Amino acid sequence: MTARERIAGNVAGYVDDRTGAAKWMKKNLTKVFPDHWSFLLGEICLYSFVILLLSGTFLTFWFDPSQREVIYDGGYQPLSGLKMSAAYASTLHISFEVRGGLLMRQIHHWAALIFMVGIVVHLLRVYFTGAFRKPREFNWIIGVGLLTLGIVEGFLGYSLPDDLLSGTGIRIAEAIIQALPLVGSYIAFFAFGGPFPGEAFIPRIYTVHVLLLPGIFLALITVHLMLVWYQKHTQFPGPGRTEKNVVGYPLMPVYMAKAGGFFFIVFGVTAFLGAVASINPIWLYGPYTPGQISAGSQPDWYMGWLDGLVRMSPPIETHAFGHTISWNILIPGLILPGIMFTGLALYPFIESWATGDKREHHLLDRPRNAPNRTAIGAMALTFTLVSLLNGGNDIIAQQFHLTINQMMWFSRIGVLVLPPIAFIVTKRLCLSLQRADRDLVLHGRETGRLVRMPNGEFTEIHEPISAEKAWLLTSHEQIAPLELPELDGAGVRHPGALKNKLRNRISRATAVAVPKATETDRRELEGHH
Amino acid sequence: MSNEIEPIRDPGLPAHVHRAADSDPIAAQRAERQVAILFGLSAVGTLLLIYSYIFVKSDAFIFIPIIGNTAAQQLGLGMGMAIALFCIGAGAIHWAKTLMPDEEVIAQRHEFRSDDEDRDAFVKTVKDGASAAGLGRRPLIKTTLGVALGFAGLTPLLLLRDLGPLPKDSLQKTSWKAGTRLVTDPGDRAIRPEDLEVGAVAQTLPELASGEERTLNNIGKDAVLLIRLRPEEFNLDAERLSWTHEGIIAFSKICSHMGCAVALYEQQTKHLLCPCHQSTFDVTRAAKVIFGPAARPLPQLNITVDAEGYLVARTPFTEPVGPSFWERSS
Repeated sequence: MTARERIAGNVAGYVDDRTGAAKWMKKNLTKVFPDHWSFLLGEICLYSFVILLLSGTFLTFWFDPSQREVIYDGGYQPLSGLKMSAAYASTLHISFEVRGGLLMRQIHHWAALIFMVGIVVHLLRVYFTGAFRKPREFNWIIGVGLLTLGIVEGFLGYSLPDDLLSGTGIRIAEAIIQALPLVGSYIAFFAFGGPFPGEAFIPRIYTVHVLLLPGIFLALITVHLMLVWYQKHTQFPGPGRTEKNVVGYPLMPVYMAKAGGFFFIVFGVTAFLGAVASINPIWLYGPYTPGQISAGSQPDWYMGWLDGLVRMSPPIETHAFGHTISWNILIPGLILPGIMFTGLALYPFIESWATGDKREHHLLDRPRNAPNRTAIGAMALTFTLVSLLNGGNDIIAQQFHLTINQMMWFSRIGVLVLPPIAFIVTKRLCLSLQRADRDLVLHGRETGRLVRMPNGEFTEIHEPISAEKAWLLTSHEQIAPLELPELDGAGVRHPGALKNKLRNRISRATAVAVPKATETDRRELEGHH
Repeated sequence: MSNEIEPIRDPGLPAHVHRAADSDPIAAQRAERQVAILFGLSAVGTLLLIYSYIFVKSDAFIFIPIIGNTAAQQLGLGMGMAIALFCIGAGAIHWAKTLMPDEEVIAQRHEFRSDDEDRDAFVKTVKDGASAAGLGRRPLIKTTLGVALGFAGLTPLLLLRDLGPLPKDSLQKTSWKAGTRLVTDPGDRAIRPEDLEVGAVAQTLPELASGEERTLNNIGKDAVLLIRLRPEEFNLDAERLSWTHEGIIAFSKICSHMGCAVALYEQQTKHLLCPCHQSTFDVTRAAKVIFGPAARPLPQLNITVDAEGYLVARTPFTEPVGPSFWERSS
C-alpha cells in the first residue's frame, strides 16, 4: 500500500466512522448514467447557474443598488457631469474602472442568456421525448417553475443598472401591475414605494435578485437533481435497453471527468463571449428618465414573446361605472401567459388522462412515434415563435424594409392561423416518418446502386438494415385507443357518457399510427419474393 | 404455426469496440500527451490573464480583424480566462474519452411503488397518529387552531402595508396648473410660439417655482410634447382646436398604453409612434390611435400664451395621463 492510498483510506475511514457514508458512496459512485448529447442540455443550465452565482457575487462588491441621485464624475467622458442614479453610476464604474469588471458583467449577462436558452431547449428535449411521463411529473413541474423564475430573475437582473433601456422595461412592468383590476394601483404603489419610478424599486428588486430568487433556485435545482439521481436517468431506446435497466457509464471516473470537464467548457465559452461579444452596453443608453426613450427598445429574448403578444394586442379597453379595465394589457400580459404556463405545467397529467396510460416509463419516445404530442409541441412552439418575432417587429421591419403595420398584421393573423397548421403538418410528417421506418425495416436501405436486369429493367439494390437498427425502429410501443363505455348493455346512456366519449375521441387521435413492422411482416414479404 | 404476430427481436447490447488507445500503447501515450498539452495551454491562458491585469493599460486599444478596435485589457483578461477554463475542460473530457474505461455498464431499475404491506402500514401509521392527536374528537382545538393559523397568515400582509403610500389621487393629477409655463427639457427655458418653426417638435416640462426640485416622479407624469403644424393641417373639433395656439399642439408624452415616452415623430405623416409597442397616434386628429395596442389618445394639454408671450397651460390636463388603471373613470 502506498502512502497516498493509506491517507485516502484514513480520510474515508474518518468520514465513515462519523456518518456511515461508505455504504451509500460505494453504491452511488458507480451509479450508471446513459450517454446522449441531449442530456447535456440540463447540465448547461446547472453550470451557467454556478457561473451566474460566481460572477454575480463579484459584481455585488461594487454595485450600489440605490436610486439616490449622483453627479457622474467617472472615467467615461461622454456622461461626465450628468445626473444619474447611484446604481447606474456604479455600473459604469464596474464597466470602466474595475479591472475585469466589464468582463464579469458581460459573462454574467451571457451566462443568463445561456441559462435561459439551456432551460428552454432542455424543456423541449424532455417534452418531445416524453421524459416527463410517470414517475417524473414532479420534476417536470419543478422545471416549469425554474423556467418561470428564470424569466423573472433575468428581467430583474437587467433592470438593476437603471439605464434608459431597462428603466423603460420597469415602466412597462409597472403598467402591467397597474392594469390589475381593483388592486392594481395599490400594488403598484406598494411595489414602487409611491409613484413611478420612485427611489425604492431598485434596492428592493436587488434583494430579490441576489438573495430571495437565487435561494429558491438553489432549493429547486437541488430537488430537481436529487429526483434525477433517485429515479435514475431516462434513456433512448436501442438494443439491450429496456424499461427495467439503465445502460451507460459509471459516475466514477468517467462521468466525473466528463461532467466536471464540461463545466469548464461551458465556463470557458461564456468567458470567450464575455471577452469578445459586447452585451448590454449601458453606457450607450444613458441614465433612465421617464421622459426619454431610444428607438428599438425591446427586452431580452426570453421576455420577447411576452412583449410581442402585448404589441399585437388589439386596442380594447372597457370603461364602465367609473372604472377602467385594460384588456389590451391584461390579456397578452397576464391571462395568456397564465394559460400557457398552467397548460405547460399540467401537460403530463393531461396526456396521461388522454391516453389512459398510468405506467412508469424510462425509455424515451422518438418524437415521430408520439405524433399527437409532437404536433401539440410544434403548435405551442409556433405560437411562441410568432409572438417572439413580433417582439422585434420594429427591428425586423427596418432590416427587411417592411412596414411595422405589415409585421403586426402578419403576427396578429399568424399567431392564430399558423399554430393549427403547424399541428396538422407536424402530425402528417410524424406519420410519414413512421411509414419510412416501416419501409426501411421491411425493404432495407437504398444503396444507390442501379442494376440492369437481363430484360432491360433497371432496379435499385436494397440492403437489409442491421438487427440493431431494425430493433430501434420497431421497439416502441403502439398503444391502443381507449374504449370507455358510452352506452351500457341495454343501449342506455352510461353515466358519464359524454366525458367518456370525449376521452375516447382524444385517445383515438393520440393513438393514430402507422403499424410498425414485425418479423411476421418480413417473413410474409420474403414469401412473396 | 400460430397466427400470433412475431415482433422484431432485441439483438442485445452490441459488442464492445476497442479504441486505439486500449490496445496500442503508442496511441495511449499520444492521448496522454494531448491531454497534457491541453492542461499546459490552460496554464498559458492564466498567464495571459495575469499579464493583462498587471501590465496592459485600461485605455489601450488594439485592432482585431472582424471585431475591430477593442479594449486590450478587457480582451486579454477575457481570452486568458476563456483559454484557461476551456482547456481544463477539453483536457478532462479528452482524458475521459480516450483513456478511461468506455465499456457500457448495465444497471437494473426497480419500480418505485412500495409493496402493499408497506403502503398499508404507512396509511395505518398516519391514521393512528391522527387519532392519537385526537383532532377529530376535539373540534374546539381544531377550530381555534384553524383560526389562529389564518390570523397568523395575515401578519406578513399587514407588515408589507408600509411598503408604500396609498395612491389616493396621485395617478389622476400632474404638476400642470392653469398658467404654468412650458419650459424646454433639457434647459428649463420658457418658450415663445416663434421659437418653434412649423414642423418642429419640442420636449417640455412645467416650469418649476423657485426652490422646487424636479424629480423623476414628476417627469414621469409631466412630460409634454409640443408640435407645430400649419393651423389648416388640423382636423379637430372646435373645442380641441381652441386648445392649440397658432398651430402649436401639446400632448402628454407618456404613452396611454404602458407609459413609455412617445418619442418618435414622423414629420411627413404627422404621426407619433411609441417605440415600445408601436402604438401610432395621429397628431392632426388630437393624437387619435390609428394603429397598435393603445386604446386611448394621448391626453391633449390646453395651451395659450401669457402676458409676456410665453406658452403656458390654460388649464391642467382634463384626464389622467399615462397607462390605464382601475380607478380611471374614462
